[in-house]
Amino acid sequence: MPRMLAPDISTWPADDPQLIGSRCSDCGATTFPAQALCPRCSGATMTDLLLPRRGTLVAWTTQGFLPGPPYAGSETAETFQPFGMGLVQLGDVIKVEGRLTEGDPDKLRFGMEVELTMRPLYTDDDGDEVLMFAFAPVAGTGSSDA
Amino acid sequence: MTEVAIIGVGLHPFGRFGDKSPMTMAAEAIQLALADADLSWRDIQFGVGGSHTVTNPNAVSSLVGLSGIPFTDVFNACATSASAIQVAADAIRAGRANVALAFGMDKHPRGAFTGDPGNLGLPRWYGENGQYITTKFFGMKANRYCHDHGISPLTLARVAAKNYRNGARNPSAFRRQPLSEEEILASPMVNYPLTQYMFCAPDEGAAAAVLCRADLADRYTSTPILVRATEIRSRTYGAYEVHASYAAIDEDDPPTVHASQAAFESAGIEPGDVDVIQLQDTEAGAEVIAMAEAGFCAHGDQEKLLADGATEIDGPMPVNTDGGLIANGEPIGASGLRQVHELVRQLRGVAGDRQVPGDPRVGFAQVYGAPGTAAATILSR
Repeated sequence: MPRMLAPDISTWPADDPQLIGSRCSDCGATTFPAQALCPRCSGATMTDLLLPRRGTLVAWTTQGFLPGPPYAGSETAETFQPFGMGLVQLGDVIKVEGRLTEGDPDKLRFGMEVELTMRPLYTDDDGDEVLMFAFAPVAGTGSSDA
Repeated sequence: MTEVAIIGVGLHPFGRFGDKSPMTMAAEAIQLALADADLSWRDIQFGVGGSHTVTNPNAVSSLVGLSGIPFTDVFNACATSASAIQVAADAIRAGRANVALAFGMDKHPRGAFTGDPGNLGLPRWYGENGQYITTKFFGMKANRYCHDHGISPLTLARVAAKNYRNGARNPSAFRRQPLSEEEILASPMVNYPLTQYMFCAPDEGAAAAVLCRADLADRYTSTPILVRATEIRSRTYGAYEVHASYAAIDEDDPPTVHASQAAFESAGIEPGDVDVIQLQDTEAGAEVIAMAEAGFCAHGDQEKLLADGATEIDGPMPVNTDGGLIANGEPIGASGLRQVHELVRQLRGVAGDRQVPGDPRVGFAQVYGAPGTAAATILSR
C-alpha cells in the first residue's frame, strides 16, 4: 500500500488531494505547512486552510546533483537525474515550494500552469511506495513567456 | 557615540590545508593582525570568535595566551563575521574595552552544505524530499531575477570570470586559475542557470581584525580605518529566502536591502560615495542581485555594467577585488572578516597587484546566508 511521507500536510488519500496550510484569523497571513503562531503578526489564531491544487510557476530551477542526507529519494549517484524545483503561486493564497515532475529547463516556463500531484519518492523496507507532493505541468498550458 | 577603528588585520589563506586545524589557522591570523597593529596578545582586552565547525572559538587562547579576558563566541551563519565585528565594536562603544579582537575560522568538508532542516525550524520532510539544498534557492532566485530583469547567462559568467581573475592576483585565494566566460558557461549545470564554476565552494581559512577606540588609534597606526556601520537584519514576512517551504503572495524586500539601507543611514554615506565593494557572491547571480539590493545600481542595469567592466578593479564600482567567495571559497566563520581584511588593505592603499586606483576612501561589505540573514558593513579612512 502506498503511503505519504508526511501524512499531515495533505488530504491524501482523498480524491484530488490538497495541501494543508494555515491562515491567521487576525491578519490573514498564510503558511505552508500549518503552524501555531502567525509569522506576520505573531498571533495565535491560525486555522487550517486547504490550498488550491493548481497554480502558476513563479520561480524555478533544476537540481543537478544528488542531495545529501537526510534526502530519502531512491536514486543513487549512478541513477540520479536532475529534477525540477519550483515556487508555485496557488491562486492569490500562497506560494509553495515543491519539486516539479519536469526537470528539463527547455520545458519549464515562468507563468506555466502546474497542478499538485503525488509522486513516489522511495520504496520502504516493507516494499511500500512512499509518496510526496510535487507539481506537474498541466498539459497544453505552456506559457509563451520564455 | 564612541567611534571605533580597525588598526590591524590578518588572514590565513583560504583553501584546503589537509590536517591543519582551524584553531591553528585562527592563531596564525590573530598573530598577523596583532603584528599589523604592532600589538601583542596581552594588549587585547576583549575577544569575539566566530565559527560554524568549531564549538568554542575562544579555545584559541590556549594557543595565543591564557590572559583571562572576556571572550564571547558567535555563530550567525554567513553573517558570523559581521556579528563578531559588531560585538567587538559594541564592547568598545560600551566602554568594556579600548582594544578588542574579532576573528573567524572554519574548516568544511567538500561539497554543498547539508544537515537537519529541523535546526532551521523546517519539517524533516523538507530535507527528505530534496528541498533542503542551499544552492537550489540561489538557482531559483537567480533564474527569476535574470528573467525579470533581462540578465543573460553571459553576464553571470562575466561575474565569475572577473572574480577568478581577481583571485589570480590574490596570493591568499583558493582558486587562482583564471577561467574564461566560455569555460564557465560550459561547466556542468548545478542549478539552472548556475553552472559549477559560477559557485563558490565551502573550504577552510581564518581571518582576524583588531579594533580600538578611534581616538586612541593614532597610538597604533598611521592608517586607522573607521567602522562607520555594521547592521545585521533577518528576513521579514514576505521576503523570499533560502530554506523556506512557502512564500507570501505580497513580496517584501530581502534582508540585504534592509541591512544596507540601515548601514548607509547610520554611516551618513550614500552608495555613490563607496569606492570599493565586497558582496556575498555565493554564486554569480548573488553578486549581480546584491549590486542592486545594496543600492549600487538599479535592477537590470547589471547587464550593461558588467559588459562595460564597471565592477573590475579599475572600474568605477569595483566589486570583490580579492576574488570574492567564488575565488576564495567560504569558511563560513571567516568569510566576512576576509571581506573586511580586503577593504582595510584597499583603503590603506596597500593591496598590491589588485589595488583599486584613485585613493579609495570608503568601503562596503555585504554578507547573506541562511536562514535569510544579511549584514552590511561600511568602513572609511
